[in-house]
Amino acid sequence: MHELAITQDIIVAVCEHAQGTKIKRIVLEIGKLSAVLPDAVRFCFELCAEGTAAEGAELEIIEPSGLARCRVCGSHVTLDRPIGLCSCGSTDLEWISGEELKIKELEVV
Amino acid sequence: MCLTCGCSDNASPMLTDLQTGQTLSLQAVHEHDHDHSHDHDHRHDHDHSHDHDHDHSHDHDHDHRHEIPTAVTTQRGRIIRLEQDVLAKNNLLAERNRGWLMGRDILALNLISSPGAGKTTLLERTIRELGSKLPISVIEGDQATLHDAERIQATGSKVVQINTGTGCHLEADMTARALRQLDPPLHSLVMIENVGNLVCPALFDLGERAKVVIMSVTEGENKPVKYPHAFRASQVMILNKIDLLPYVNFDVDQCLAFAREVNPSLRVFQISATRGDGLSDWYA
Repeated sequence: MHELAITQDIIVAVCEHAQGTKIKRIVLEIGKLSAVLPDAVRFCFELCAEGTAAEGAELEIIEPSGLARCRVCGSHVTLDRPIGLCSCGSTDLEWISGEELKIKELEVV
Repeated sequence: MCLTCGCSDNASPMLTDLQTGQTLSLQAVHEHDHDHSHDHDHRHDHDHSHDHDHDHSHDHDHDHRHEIPTAVTTQRGRIIRLEQDVLAKNNLLAERNRGWLMGRDILALNLISSPGAGKTTLLERTIRELGSKLPISVIEGDQATLHDAERIQATGSKVVQINTGTGCHLEADMTARALRQLDPPLHSLVMIENVGNLVCPALFDLGERAKVVIMSVTEGENKPVKYPHAFRASQVMILNKIDLLPYVNFDVDQCLAFAREVNPSLRVFQISATRGDGLSDWYA
């Protein structure tokens, strides 16, 4: 449900940067550990973009996968959900990537 | 529909001050956001106050936080590189709240749980037993009604209610308005009872010292792994309603193991807000 609020924030931000010009493409980065569902953002996007400079823009979402460092043994663990287990048995993981929630770039006419 | 929070027009966030009975629309909060572009005006004002050291460093801060977009013109059009964190605006306001609270030596806790876990009952009891030693003020968050705020008001504590309408969580700007309205005393405790929801509140920093996730033994021991973001974002976990353990099928050890799996540094209190078990540890 928070995807609606987040998508609205994204639209407001990109329209501000586009300074009135028509937006053709928006590139977002939504990490797999970010607690935001890309599909839900896509779903909300059309509705939120209606009547703004972002209406009809192509939406591209990059989904960085999760990577963590084990605080016990130091090895790297890949994560596809916000829970993980290192091969050494520890669950004490420091997340390195996967929490991204960013507007990477936009293309305007 | 509101362009910032997605709430519909007739259900915009409202703030009610139980002390004065005054009700304010938090729609103005969104206008506040537009004030943000005011900051951009500041940059235009740059020439105006060029000699002013203060403005100078002001701009500097601003640029750092927002990372100046760079534009590249291609045959297809112009590409603007932003690299802008979507939650940056909320996080910035949350930091402002944190500074405001720190300057007044106020400890603020953000209570999150699913509906019915016992947040309000725990608050009532905490205020009754601790309120004489430490002033406690409360920000109540619910989609609708003043029910919880009225319960808190009955304890004698200062309380404001935020009704989020269709919104599913509190945000930093709502909290800022609520804090201003509440005007909590110096060296006190502010409890922020978030909207009953284990999903969205985990994402939004309000400026609190710690998030406290509350779950009860009637909910099933797998809550921490089913809603890992909420348990990961919290520093404290309260397991409530332990007086009901003889009547429910709930494995405390398994629940705590799940919680540690998600967040090994979580501090856990096992309590009963109705019977009083474990509360002395929580107060300490």
